[in-house]
Amino acid sequence: MSTPAKTKPAPLAELKGDLAVLKEKFGDAVQPAEYEGVVIANDVLLEAARFIRDELGYRYLSSVTAVDYIQEGYFEVVYHAYRLEGGGPLVFKARTPRDVATVPSLVSVWPGADFQEREAWDLMGIRFAGHPNLKRILLWEGFYGHPLRKDWKEPYYEEEHKPFSSRWPSGHHVRAEDRVFWHDNVQYPLDWDPDQVEDTSDELLYIGMGQFARAETGEQVELKSLRTDRLVVNMGPQHPSTHGVFRMVVTLDGETIVRLEPVMGYLHRNHEKIGERNMYLQNMPYTDRLDYICSMSNNLGYAIAVEKLLGIKPPERAEYLRVIMAEFTRIVNHLWAIGFLLNDLGAFFTPALYAIEERELILDLFEEASGSRMMCNYMRFGGVANDVSDDWIARAKELVYNRLPRAIEELDRYLTHNELIKARCQGVGVLPPDLAVAYSTSGPVLRASGIPYDVRRAEPYSIYDRFDFDVAVRYNGDVYDRYLIRIDEMWQSLRILRQALDQIPRGEIQTGKKQYMIRVPAGQAYGRVENPKGELGFYLVSDGSPNPYRYHIRAPSFINLTALNEMCKGHKVADVVVILGSIDIVLGEVDR
Amino acid sequence: MIYGLGILKGLGVTLKHFIYSYIEDVRYLFEGGRYRPEHLPARQGPRARGVFTVQYPKEKLPLPENFRYIPFLVYDTQENKIKCTSCGICAKVCPPQCIWIVRGTDPNTGRPKPEPEAFYIDATICMSCGFCAEFCPFDAIKMDHDYELSSYERYESLVFDLPRLLKPDTYHAQIHPSDWARELAEKEAEKAKKGAKAAAHASS
Repeated sequence: MSTPAKTKPAPLAELKGDLAVLKEKFGDAVQPAEYEGVVIANDVLLEAARFIRDELGYRYLSSVTAVDYIQEGYFEVVYHAYRLEGGGPLVFKARTPRDVATVPSLVSVWPGADFQEREAWDLMGIRFAGHPNLKRILLWEGFYGHPLRKDWKEPYYEEEHKPFSSRWPSGHHVRAEDRVFWHDNVQYPLDWDPDQVEDTSDELLYIGMGQFARAETGEQVELKSLRTDRLVVNMGPQHPSTHGVFRMVVTLDGETIVRLEPVMGYLHRNHEKIGERNMYLQNMPYTDRLDYICSMSNNLGYAIAVEKLLGIKPPERAEYLRVIMAEFTRIVNHLWAIGFLLNDLGAFFTPALYAIEERELILDLFEEASGSRMMCNYMRFGGVANDVSDDWIARAKELVYNRLPRAIEELDRYLTHNELIKARCQGVGVLPPDLAVAYSTSGPVLRASGIPYDVRRAEPYSIYDRFDFDVAVRYNGDVYDRYLIRIDEMWQSLRILRQALDQIPRGEIQTGKKQYMIRVPAGQAYGRVENPKGELGFYLVSDGSPNPYRYHIRAPSFINLTALNEMCKGHKVADVVVILGSIDIVLGEVDR
Repeated sequence: MIYGLGILKGLGVTLKHFIYSYIEDVRYLFEGGRYRPEHLPARQGPRARGVFTVQYPKEKLPLPENFRYIPFLVYDTQENKIKCTSCGICAKVCPPQCIWIVRGTDPNTGRPKPEPEAFYIDATICMSCGFCAEFCPFDAIKMDHDYELSSYERYESLVFDLPRLLKPDTYHAQIHPSDWARELAEKEAEKAKKGAKAAAHASS
């Protein structure tokens, strides 16, 4: 193991504010942690969580993740909770020895912890006692081991950290395909017998769904009356309306949905393990591939998280460029989302192509600035990669002042009052505000349910506190409102863009010298940004080496899916497609 | 409120788009037809109307200078040598670790010499992030504009070796004019500095 012995600093001496209240209430069960937050003893964790939610007012659980401190011999589960009125997080942690690996589940307090705890079980192997459905979520049931543990090594493991020493000075490299002994993908080893492979995960899933259905009915069925059977139907993974390889197993009563369970992980590549092998900078192009529609704002989130650890700020011009790129990305994403929502409704590709036409023009700008239309890789720690020309600014202004307002207005005129769209969308997939908060949904899904929570306002990052804009909010929480809120947000993005493009100063675009192997001071940081799809968070733990010790992503589309079952219950099969379209997921981010 | 008015309004938008495509066609008719290279900027620009598509591969979109695809190595045609000094920074910074270099050694002394003996890029895993070009201190590796790389087999032809990677600096100057101008300016500055130093040395 090349991991250096972790020398953690002494825990925080004094607890302030709400942490002090927590300490006062629970006494010795609450201990200060090293960098931020408190460690809560497992036996009072549930009680403390309720106290944090109800008494202290941190109603929104943003992130649940786990870190493997192998040197110290324990796992740490880290929770970040926020107040809906805005402000910083309340960070609390739970610890469990590596051989026990069990902490109480918080699903009963925050249902939004459901998928995140399953992910922690799947990848880190921490059991959450009391979790109603603790199954693997990204990997298949037959997978051996828990890959994010520090002692787990992937197939064709080369070295703990990049750069791999085999590449230089006596360069050699074996292609991954050559290391597979059947070389191409059509032959199997001689002693491999497909009949011996046992994967019962699907069977278990279907049986589970059926039992649920039977247990729920429980009523006497009269023989003379028309008898309906519960039916388990599999939608996807190769289904055009699932926006990628995503599967939904639905239990139907006739055509009505009784229960829905999302099945994901088809695009899983363990982004986080790759991230922990990488150097800090090397992760930047990988973040492009999370939500590949919005690579610019993914870059921004990661850059902000690392800059928190480094304690640096980019120069003014770079800050403006970042905001301009992030807001253009929001327009790109919402155009795309609306276009494809209409596809899901059956308006096949005409609205989508009108929207994509405008998106193309923005991507032209991205290409000129960053070198790539979608995999932008534009942000650097303390700056951006390239400066833009005055011509670029002029073209961006032309778009922002002339083209895009017309296009958005046209889209609005084209779709908003269409009676068919109203009939299909209004009152469908309703998510009430309290559930939206409880399920930790974020972004347009949360704001369409009447909760005006936007990270740009609640905990401003970059230079968002300088701009004049409104947080869009709609109150019905149905598919129609989730459509409308995207239109509203595009108008707000245009407002920000106008201010940013008019005010952008000249000057440097990079603080300090660009380095490829930065050393980040030891510490922990949670950087979050308002991505077009919701709150994107990066949780980083640094041990002072050139590689992140822990690199976790709070993916908005993944967590928004927690509420999918709740939204779909009682609707028809055809509505599932629309509801999923209105959440707007990208599988690159869901599966990571 | 009449039911269906919203639908009709929406269909009006579709009709507008449909009609515009013909209006634009007629307008371009007097300028020698729509599909001429000189019309591309207007057709793809912020004032474009009507049909937005490009007839690839008959016509291709112009690429901005920053465009990046699989990197190439610059061959200095003035001094007739490979600019790469095999320092290995590109191999280290590469996120998917797809570059591997054999550092050259002088056969007489056995010491490392500033020229690569072998240089490989596995194009199948290169993610075209551009870090190698960004962090190369010698301007020896640059991102290419040639994005048509399909081949009939994926084992030999997509692992690029030194002969495949080398391209003359005239090509680099052609696709990256402003980057090339910066390089030349830096070279001039270096020369002037050296000249000044030498002059100072001679006079002292």
